[in-house]
Amino acid sequence: MFTGISKVLRRLLFTAGMTIALPVSAWAAGVQPGTNMFAPASKPAREIESLAIFILAITGGIFVVVGGALLYAVIKYRRRKNDDGSEPTQIFGSLQIEMAWTIIPIMIVVVMFLTSARLIFAIQDAPKPKESLAITVVGHQFWWEVRYPKYGVVTANEIHVPVDEATYFKLLSADVVHSFWIPELAGKTDCIPNHVNTTWILPTRVGLYKGQCSQFCGTEHAMMLLRVYVQTPAQFKAWIKNQQKPAVEDPAVAAGREVFMHNACMDCHTIRGTVATGRFGPDLTHLASRDTLGSGSLSNTPANLRAWIKDPDHFKPGVLMPAMQLNNKQLDEVTAYLCSLR
Amino acid sequence: MADQTLPIGGALDITPQKATKQSFFEWLSEWFITVDHKKLGILYISYALVFMLVAGVEALMIRVQLAVPNNDFVSPQLYDRLFTMHGTTMVFLVGMPILFGFANYIVPLQIGARDMAYPRLNAFSFWLTAFGGLLLYYSFIGGFGLYGVGTAPDMGWFAYAPLTEKAFSPGHAPDYWAIALIISGWGTLGTAINIIATTISMRCKGMTLMRMPLFSWLMLVVSGLTLVTITPLTAAQIMLMIDRYLGGHFFDTQAGGSAVMWMHFFWIFGHPEVYVLVLPAFGIASEIIPVFSRKGIFGYAAMVAASVGIGFVSLGVWAHHMFTVGMSTPTTTFFVLSTMLVGIPTGIKIFNWLATIWGGKIVFATPMLFCLAFLFQFLIAGLTGIMLSAAPWDWQLHNSYFVVAHFHYVLVGAIVFNIFAAIYYWFPKATGKMLSETLGKWHFWLFLIGFHLTFDFMHIPGILGMPRHIYTYMPDRGWGIWNFIETIGAFVQAIAVLVFLYNVVISLMKGKEAGNDPWDAWTLEWATPSPPPAYNFATDPVVNSRRPLWDLKHPEDPDWKYE
Ligand code: HEC
Ligand SMILES: [Cu+2]
Repeated sequence: MFTGISKVLRRLLFTAGMTIALPVSAWAAGVQPGTNMFAPASKPAREIESLAIFILAITGGIFVVVGGALLYAVIKYRRRKNDDGSEPTQIFGSLQIEMAWTIIPIMIVVVMFLTSARLIFAIQDAPKPKESLAITVVGHQFWWEVRYPKYGVVTANEIHVPVDEATYFKLLSADVVHSFWIPELAGKTDCIPNHVNTTWILPTRVGLYKGQCSQFCGTEHAMMLLRVYVQTPAQFKAWIKNQQKPAVEDPAVAAGREVFMHNACMDCHTIRGTVATGRFGPDLTHLASRDTLGSGSLSNTPANLRAWIKDPDHFKPGVLMPAMQLNNKQLDEVTAYLCSLR
Repeated sequence: MADQTLPIGGALDITPQKATKQSFFEWLSEWFITVDHKKLGILYISYALVFMLVAGVEALMIRVQLAVPNNDFVSPQLYDRLFTMHGTTMVFLVGMPILFGFANYIVPLQIGARDMAYPRLNAFSFWLTAFGGLLLYYSFIGGFGLYGVGTAPDMGWFAYAPLTEKAFSPGHAPDYWAIALIISGWGTLGTAINIIATTISMRCKGMTLMRMPLFSWLMLVVSGLTLVTITPLTAAQIMLMIDRYLGGHFFDTQAGGSAVMWMHFFWIFGHPEVYVLVLPAFGIASEIIPVFSRKGIFGYAAMVAASVGIGFVSLGVWAHHMFTVGMSTPTTTFFVLSTMLVGIPTGIKIFNWLATIWGGKIVFATPMLFCLAFLFQFLIAGLTGIMLSAAPWDWQLHNSYFVVAHFHYVLVGAIVFNIFAAIYYWFPKATGKMLSETLGKWHFWLFLIGFHLTFDFMHIPGILGMPRHIYTYMPDRGWGIWNFIETIGAFVQAIAVLVFLYNVVISLMKGKEAGNDPWDAWTLEWATPSPPPAYNFATDPVVNSRRPLWDLKHPEDPDWKYE
């Protein structure tokens, strides 16, 4: 008889579980946002997920108990149709009950506090491993400057890191407060002017992880996107090696180079190996090796690049790069030049 | 002992009959020059309702813009102004004025006084606040002149420096924001002082502090909190203006100023501000839930203690808005603890409301429906608050749509629901007419459905990495469907509010006569005629317990026997 009941129960549980799990997993498989904090691929994010599940369980329990009691009371103690109009018994309180519902929450708070505190120490004061990659990220109104000081590499908006190795970020800001957030790798940390912050990741799965600025920083805050490419050590080495080279000098695009160097482009952008050393905008030395333009607002194709240079405001209204009033010929030439910067 | 000087059954009105009909201008000037706490209360509430509509329209525009990815319903520049003005308006021109409006109207009546302690200060405060609000909205047309959208503030309601400094905001947006709020802040301080003085010194004979109705108690706590919290905001705004116009460098990071200092100043105001808004809502619930459960409040003393406790603890939790600015580990840990501690007195309140209902005979009138929904929603808001207080998880959730969902659960799910409850509850007292129950139920159910469509689903894109304050988003993130549902919910809420407005108008014109005490309630305001005469009480009331009208109605079983 008991086996019969347990069989029914198991089947009930199974169907209940499936009705919830199936749509959720179907939906999770269909959408790959790359920004889901419950799909962690790196150490701090994974530890945070466990804490989150622990706290969800406790708060879920509280919700069921208190919400259930509320619901029960509302249904049970409604005034009935055949009510005689008399007032219910007046009860003004009870010290024992007050004590009970003070002490039980205190105990729950202590448990949640200790678990959180442990993790704060574990993440913020984690001992830095000997072998780790150091990256400096500087938030700018509306793009990210990415520097690899040890390798002399400077790039923008797209960060490459090796898998299974800790990467330490030094976070700075060139203007206002920004916030650095890639949900699947780590929690966010602000980039504050005059105030150096650090954060770290230890990714364990190769892939592309997305994020974006999460502290309002002006008009184009929404289009200040971030991408992190977690690569195998070999891929990462190859990437760094290419980035370390000075800009490609292709005689076929010399005209475009002239346009770039004889316009204000060079005052705002750096192309290593040339006279362009501006630092107001992204480093373009290896622009063609990037997947996106304008901090992730559009994909890096020659057509998009040309349109961007012609009128960046069209893609990012309020962007700090002006439209440079180049004619069609100049536009074609400079686009060809920038496309050669592999 | 039970020597009652209150008239039983019919309240006493000795107002002489008005001889002649007023002209329109007489009527208008009466509202302008009034120092009557009831008229000022109604002014506050109407002023706030008008701004609630304005900020509501702003919210709808925000929701339309976000309904689908890559939308261009509004420009990014306008979008920034919309969310900044929506937040600033709802907090400063809707939340505080409407709650102070209720305090103005109800507190003197509840404590058996004839007016506030300082009637002229009361009027002065209202007009200051009103002027602040108008100045803030003048920014839409003022500033650089009559074109475009003027220079309405566009830096978020918490106006983080250095975005507000001259270098990054060369126009007048931060000026309008700072000056308008400084002015309305003075108004708020005046009213806070007034409420403290009134509750401390104007209570009628027999009403000890521990017999004061909970709504009045909470307004006392809130007013104390207001005095402590508005001040740092005003100070910071003055410092910002010094930076912008007198060459100061408090927050000017390019000259060595500190961005983090602004955050501390703002949140040491900003967090207690949440309690300034939510405690009056608790007060409203503590009046309505007992009356419609037909049972006295459970654990009155615990409720008072928990309120004062929340007030104190809330002053020490502000940096939980700053877990991501890179605070030291011990500091972070401290603020995790203090924040989680707020959960304890808050829990006590929920349990006491539950115990009040328990064993009662619940009457599902519209005010009670709103309060019951508040109980469930506030429970959820509290629990998501606990999630946010766990700093490591907050590193993920901070500034995401999860946070937006959480605080709208507090501000709408708890506060706005209770404001509607309060309007349905006290409207008969203030106007002499009942609001229609049928329309009220339509309002309630539509608003409930709209609220849950919008704010339940809003948690999900937050978990999927959607930050707040973004004017659009990429389709590949999977946030679109949730945002679309939220937008539908927002429109359902808007329809509910239209039903409510229609209800107010139609009920004013041909609502049922309310009588003095339509809800069979127990506090002193129901012992006056509806609407109460200018002097409130013809004879000074004397009370012997927390529920003077219960004592009158049940001489066989009066409360004072148990106190
Ligand atoms: C006033 C400074 C300024 C000038 C002049 C300027 N740019 Fe830019 N540029 C920027 C800024 C700032 C950005 C980053 C925009 C963003 O994503 O918000 C940028 C972005 C770019 C990008 C995209 C880089 C990336 O990785 O996303 C390209 C390509 C570019 N500029 C090319 C040019 C060319 C070509 C010229 C000259 C015709 C030029 N810029 C002139 C400031 C400038
Ligand atoms: Cu930013």
